[in-house]
Amino acid sequence: MSANKITPEIVAEHGLTPDEYKLVLEIMGREPSMTELGIFSVMWSEHCSYKSSRVWLKKLPTKAPWVIQGPGENAGVIDIGDGEAAVFKMESHNHPSFIEPYQGAATGVGGIMRDVFTMGARPIANVNALRFGEPDDPKTRHLIAGVVAGIGGYGNCMGVPTVAGEVNFHASYNGNILVNAMTVGLADADKIFYSAAAGLGNPVIYVGAKTGRDGIHGATMASAEFTDDSEEKRPTVQVGDPFTEKLLLEACLELMATDAIVAIQDMGAAGLTSSSVEMSDKGGLGIELDLDKVPVRETGMTAYEIMLSESQERMLMVLKPEAREIARKIFEKWELDFAEIGVLTDTGHLVLKKNGKVEADMPVSPLVDKAPLYERPWVPTPKQPEIAASSLPVPADIPAVLLQLIGSADLSSRRWVWEQYDHLVMGRTVQRPGGDAAIVSLPGKSKGLAITSDCTPRYCYADPYQGGAQAVAETWRNITASGAKPLAITDNMNFGNPQRPEIMGQFAGCIEGMAAACKALDYPVISGNVSLYNETNGKGILPTPVIGGVGVIADVAKSVSIPFKASGETILLIGETKGHLGASIYLREIHGREEGAPPPVDLAAERRNGDFVRGLIEQGKVTASHDCADGGLLVTLAEMAISSGIGATFEIAAEVTGSIPAHAYLFGEDQGRYVLTVAAANAGAVIAAAQAAGVPVTRLGTTGGDRLDLGKHGAVALSALKATHEAFFPRLMSAAE
Amino acid sequence: MKAAIVVFPGSNRELDAKVALAKAIGSEPIMVWHRDTELPKVDLVLVPGGFSYGDYLRTGAIAAHSPVLREVKARAEKGMAVIGICNGFQIITEAGMLPGVLLRNSHLKFVCRNVHLKVATTQNMFTQRYTKDQVLSVPVAHHDGNYFVDEKGLGEIEANDQVAFRYCAPDGTVAMEHNPNGSLRNIAGIFNRTKNVLGMMPHPENAIDPLQGSTDGFALFQGMVEALS
Repeated sequence: MSANKITPEIVAEHGLTPDEYKLVLEIMGREPSMTELGIFSVMWSEHCSYKSSRVWLKKLPTKAPWVIQGPGENAGVIDIGDGEAAVFKMESHNHPSFIEPYQGAATGVGGIMRDVFTMGARPIANVNALRFGEPDDPKTRHLIAGVVAGIGGYGNCMGVPTVAGEVNFHASYNGNILVNAMTVGLADADKIFYSAAAGLGNPVIYVGAKTGRDGIHGATMASAEFTDDSEEKRPTVQVGDPFTEKLLLEACLELMATDAIVAIQDMGAAGLTSSSVEMSDKGGLGIELDLDKVPVRETGMTAYEIMLSESQERMLMVLKPEAREIARKIFEKWELDFAEIGVLTDTGHLVLKKNGKVEADMPVSPLVDKAPLYERPWVPTPKQPEIAASSLPVPADIPAVLLQLIGSADLSSRRWVWEQYDHLVMGRTVQRPGGDAAIVSLPGKSKGLAITSDCTPRYCYADPYQGGAQAVAETWRNITASGAKPLAITDNMNFGNPQRPEIMGQFAGCIEGMAAACKALDYPVISGNVSLYNETNGKGILPTPVIGGVGVIADVAKSVSIPFKASGETILLIGETKGHLGASIYLREIHGREEGAPPPVDLAAERRNGDFVRGLIEQGKVTASHDCADGGLLVTLAEMAISSGIGATFEIAAEVTGSIPAHAYLFGEDQGRYVLTVAAANAGAVIAAAQAAGVPVTRLGTTGGDRLDLGKHGAVALSALKATHEAFFPRLMSAAE
Repeated sequence: MKAAIVVFPGSNRELDAKVALAKAIGSEPIMVWHRDTELPKVDLVLVPGGFSYGDYLRTGAIAAHSPVLREVKARAEKGMAVIGICNGFQIITEAGMLPGVLLRNSHLKFVCRNVHLKVATTQNMFTQRYTKDQVLSVPVAHHDGNYFVDEKGLGEIEANDQVAFRYCAPDGTVAMEHNPNGSLRNIAGIFNRTKNVLGMMPHPENAIDPLQGSTDGFALFQGMVEALS
């Protein structure tokens, strides 16, 4: 054992509280070595132990007949029929991306892909949800440029298409950007790989990149607030090598096709520590590692450094003893470093040896089972007042308002971003970025997956319950709008400092709202990630529970996209419009007010309207479809027109004019709505069917022409809409170059 | 007709190319691993897109010196057909099978989008199913597609009718604003002098099915199969 004296300062530097350290002493029955202390520190970090969030996460529904694996493994797994499974998860890389945007974002993408192929799945789609500070904040452009290039740099090289995502801006992210990456993989439902070690005496194999000193204490960094000197933490950010990961992916999938692997776990946050502890804990076994055998990049690395390194592109596996030779051949083919570094034991202890000396000898299960669990105090978020549309002046020039909205930071085209991502590799991208949900077909099948991510943080801030429910409902709606059936979600909970009761109140509220929506929509959570302490100098981000949703569609050729398809078609609005302006983009951008209660989510109406729309699409009656969300009805119509080059004529129905002010009708963000187009000849039957199903339906107008004609409210040329919509990002980013 | 696809560590569109070739030929092409020095007897070799060797050193530079590529080059010199797409174009250009070089995109960013291509010539085994000046819709996805060759080389390419495709507008106008990467004279693909080797940055293998948004790339594969069968 090392003879370091553990002082209270050393304990504090490791992010452990005095009480937590007392527990360490109890478990160990002696003072821990530095290596042991380091292992406790990362295993009990917020990032690895979910100590502030676990009590709340239990409230989320995680089961359904199609769920094969819920939260707790590297990624969740759902049955998508025909013997196949979709494997997916979303994970944050917020803190590293702020410090070093290219590498932070790149390794975030690398990490989530590893989580998915560890389960035996080939990644087939990547998604990312990004939040930046104000566009004119001095750091924003640099962060966007680095994050987008980093995501592209890693995903493009891996040959996995990046098909969907979102980008938002808000001042609350000035000091804490959010980079949430999601990967969806495809596996045979009966060939899923898990992390529970088994088989006394089985060899423990290390494969992939060599271990260096990068990323030591990354998990601990991700579990603390930022201060002004956070950039000094740059050395804790890992450096990615997508080429090695591509080799690791192919080698792992090739080995998985044999019968060699007993258990497998990637080395992500907390590296060799969490992978070895989690594998042995889940298997109820001990594990002994000879750290001299670990392939290292630098000389003189200590046991502490090897165990806490977060070097990327590494994998730990337990093999059947007779499979060593098969594994060796495959790893040599792919020119990967590998080594047999240990063995499974029956001691229940993690034993680490270096230079013949025991550097750590500690019981495994308390590292997981006895991890601190906090029921942090919380206060409910105060309700915001409703904003009456009649209290706001109706703008005289509606087309000018539309142009301002469609060219604003949050509503403008993201083309500049997604054209830097290879969204077509694999050749199966049927619905590309820029629509509601992306659709990728499955190899050799007409079937496909619909994939999306969403969250409206301003709603979550105004009312965490409604915001949490809305985030879930909007992904469900996006998937439905494409014609697919939503099956399950992954969540990425991004919040401020959980030690502040108002932040825990936001967390609690969002969880309750999400849980309600998941239950009402039969749409369970199968994986997720929590990122807390997104604060700088005591100022937290907007609560941002990002939801990644996945659905399945039987025939991708029947999926529907947002562009209008032809002139002379009838435009219909499905769902009820009340003209809700509280917490809307219109209120913020046009009236400069960031306030008010967000639109409530009526989950019964959500389901009824969505099931009706999906049914219409399945019957082949819908030619274009778009969910009506940020910016409201007029922005939705404009997006459909811009993406198609086909205009529309649109008159606010007479029965509406009397009850709802024009601006509330056009820009209100009422939930549970879709804009559809149908052939004019089918319109009557579709309207009758909606009425029969109790689904609110409104005939809005007709497609055609080269402008959006709003009747008495004027008109705007498509060319002007398109130019304004496309201008924001190139203008912002060219100013940076 | 028999075809092979050469796979390097880091190749990532080899399966896309396999689907396209299989659809055109009616049977599966042979996948050849980069360490193989023995090339099977085939009529066509396709060098696919991706990031061979992680694009380290310079795109295509390491793959260009692999044993298998030496063999591909030797056979091409004897007349075997070779097509290099994207990273494959970079590799065979690095190997000296085509004139010029592929530089970083002029805007310095990766670019993935649909482009329009104007067919510059049809007098060869690759583009014979198209008509001259036909406009195709095909995607690009690359970081280093900015084709450059010195003035003398350019003169030779133009004089010998070696330009295969140029980036253009939907109506066929060839202008800089339709050029996704800054390449010289909007060149998107070129032949060697004997026109048995084609290199191109765009991905015809991702435009073979209506679900991909375009089928304009498929006639390229059909043309090759027709010429070599």
